[in-house]
Amino acid sequence: MLKNKDIVSMNDLSAEEIQEILRTAEFMKNIVVSGNKKAPNLQGKSVVTLFYENSTRTRMSFELASKYMSAASANISASASSVAKGETLLDTGRTLDMMGTDIIIIRHPMSGAPALLSRHVNASVINAGDGMNEHPSQALLDMFTIKEHKGRIEGLKVAIIGDVYHSRVARSNMWGLSKMGAEVVLASPPTLMPLHMDKTGFKVTYDVEEAVRDADAVMCLRIQKERQQAGLFPSVREYFDFFGLDQKKLALAKPDAIVMHPGPMNRGTEISSFIADGRQSVVCNQVQNGVAVRMAMLHLLARRRSE
Amino acid sequence: MKILIKGGTVICPYNNIEQKLDVLVQDGVIARVEQEINEGADRVIDAEGKYVFPSFTDIHVHLREPGQEYKEDIASGCAAAAAGGFGDVCCMPNTKPTADSEAVISYILKKAEQAPCDVHPIAAITKGLAGEELTEMGELKKAGAIAFSDDGRPVESSRMMRLAMQYAKAFDALIISHCEDRLLADGGVMNEGVRSAVIGLKGVPWTAEALMVQREIMLAELLDTFVHIAHVSCAQSVECIRQAKKRGVRVTAETCPHYIFANDSIVQNYDAMSKVNPPLRSEQDRLAVIQGLLDGSIDCIASDHAPHHIDEKLVEYNTALSGISGIETSFALSYTALVKTGLMPLSELVRLYTSAPDSVVHLQGKGIREGAPAKLTVADCGRESVIDAASFVSKGKNTPFDGVKVYAGIVCTVYNGQIVYEA
Repeated sequence: MLKNKDIVSMNDLSAEEIQEILRTAEFMKNIVVSGNKKAPNLQGKSVVTLFYENSTRTRMSFELASKYMSAASANISASASSVAKGETLLDTGRTLDMMGTDIIIIRHPMSGAPALLSRHVNASVINAGDGMNEHPSQALLDMFTIKEHKGRIEGLKVAIIGDVYHSRVARSNMWGLSKMGAEVVLASPPTLMPLHMDKTGFKVTYDVEEAVRDADAVMCLRIQKERQQAGLFPSVREYFDFFGLDQKKLALAKPDAIVMHPGPMNRGTEISSFIADGRQSVVCNQVQNGVAVRMAMLHLLARRRSE
Repeated sequence: MKILIKGGTVICPYNNIEQKLDVLVQDGVIARVEQEINEGADRVIDAEGKYVFPSFTDIHVHLREPGQEYKEDIASGCAAAAAGGFGDVCCMPNTKPTADSEAVISYILKKAEQAPCDVHPIAAITKGLAGEELTEMGELKKAGAIAFSDDGRPVESSRMMRLAMQYAKAFDALIISHCEDRLLADGGVMNEGVRSAVIGLKGVPWTAEALMVQREIMLAELLDTFVHIAHVSCAQSVECIRQAKKRGVRVTAETCPHYIFANDSIVQNYDAMSKVNPPLRSEQDRLAVIQGLLDGSIDCIASDHAPHHIDEKLVEYNTALSGISGIETSFALSYTALVKTGLMPLSELVRLYTSAPDSVVHLQGKGIREGAPAKLTVADCGRESVIDAASFVSKGKNTPFDGVKVYAGIVCTVYNGQIVYEA
């Protein structure tokens, strides 16, 4: 049973709640891979995706998750709605409330927008990525994938490599993985690491090899090309050379280490194609698990609402 | 009208009084200040156990009129000032239109004639606050501008600031600098520190402020003139000012109650009430700012009263406007952080709210003495109260301190012989 109405931050979930979501997702995965993808869990519930930013996999996977569980679902794109006419986030939220929405799944370019929304609506709010803050469903599916391959999370070394500064995937995984007992090491160019991250209890390095050494899982983060134009690093060539994941660096990890990426990948920038498609890559599993984990999140929130 | 304030402890930094005295106000002026006055009056205010101060001066407020009356206007802002115990306010020129012409300065002064406090408009340094052309400082000063500032935004070009400070010498005009290297601040919305790293909001480094503080100091040094630094928020700015004063540079500085009372740990839940520029800094910065007040590096306290409409705060943190509606809570927050904690005596805090800011902007003629205009504030320093934003007199209810317990409530404010506020 989840204690909060919403899932906006990994910090708000206890270790027990994370475990419950992961356990439920195992069950949901059977539905995803089965021939008959129809479960009644969300019958009579309505789910709206409210996306202020482009997304393919997150949105699709939430949408399919709600459809597989028989919810009435609808999508709102900020560019094609009253948002474009200047409606505030809270007015949009209240409108959705009045239409009887049970769960709002929001993606927003600004940190904290889901938290703000959640305080002002009756609907349950799921944060599907807010600015550079958090992306809890991604962290949960990453944790599910790690557990699936390693059998556990506790005691593992997980290296998170790339643009930590701007990464909501990194933050959600940091809070989630550390809560579950993993050791998280962060590696990035200094200009893509928040200045005081080393004072938050996480190990921070600018040496990717050091981060990867003996890791059980290596998580690559997407680097946006605009960061180079903004002067944060000099070139893609140098980035890949020092901070991208290639065979030489990956060889330092444990032999059975898994390689993860939240997608979409920039092949040849943060990860080599050889590794992205290689035997250690679990990128495709992550996508598949994404649907199962999001089904679990929707189911548990809906169940909480019914009780 | 005759008002007798009885039994209070008078603290007057203008003439170093701190003793139990009765004060009789008649025909707008202070008629008598004596140990025991037993004279009939229209109103007798029982100040037993309370304090009587000269009314406070706030050299940094935003009254928003003309142009943004939905946030605040001169009448509501001055009523809020009276509720905060203030008798003089200096209002910033980032109005619409900008206070960069005699017409706007005259408009503000005209509107302020009915106000329950004295209003001293600050004119812009550059036309339209654009940082490109100097305003007519001579004419503006003649029209009543008390100082010059592009507050809300920095004068980005060092050359333009040099010219402003150099030209102002002709009129002995005070330049007030909003110190912020915008390129370095780079769109940040809170202090750059552990907290910003954790909650994923873009941070502004302290360097964005301190670098420009140092620039202004060096320009004042070069030009052998004076300059005032607005809203000092970080340790390194304090240190720059401290060193400059040591070598004789004529720099003065203010800080605000929020930098004394709080740090960036109150940036929580993405509630934009805590968004202010410069941002709330680290605990070390807060302590350094207090140290600056204690050793005289920082000259006075100003509220940077920045009222906003609720709609401008009930949005995403990045989208929300910066600023705290602070004039009504100014003295209580400072008292609670500085005097209640034993860091400074009450008389020193009163100085930071009266003669100290007056001397920064060259205001004269105040004080509790016979014949002076009756501008007085009665405060109950022992009284504990809870800040209630909804009950603010100001139109701006934007404060991160709603529900916070403070001491030192304003009991009553007298302006030119009239009671203009009573709790």
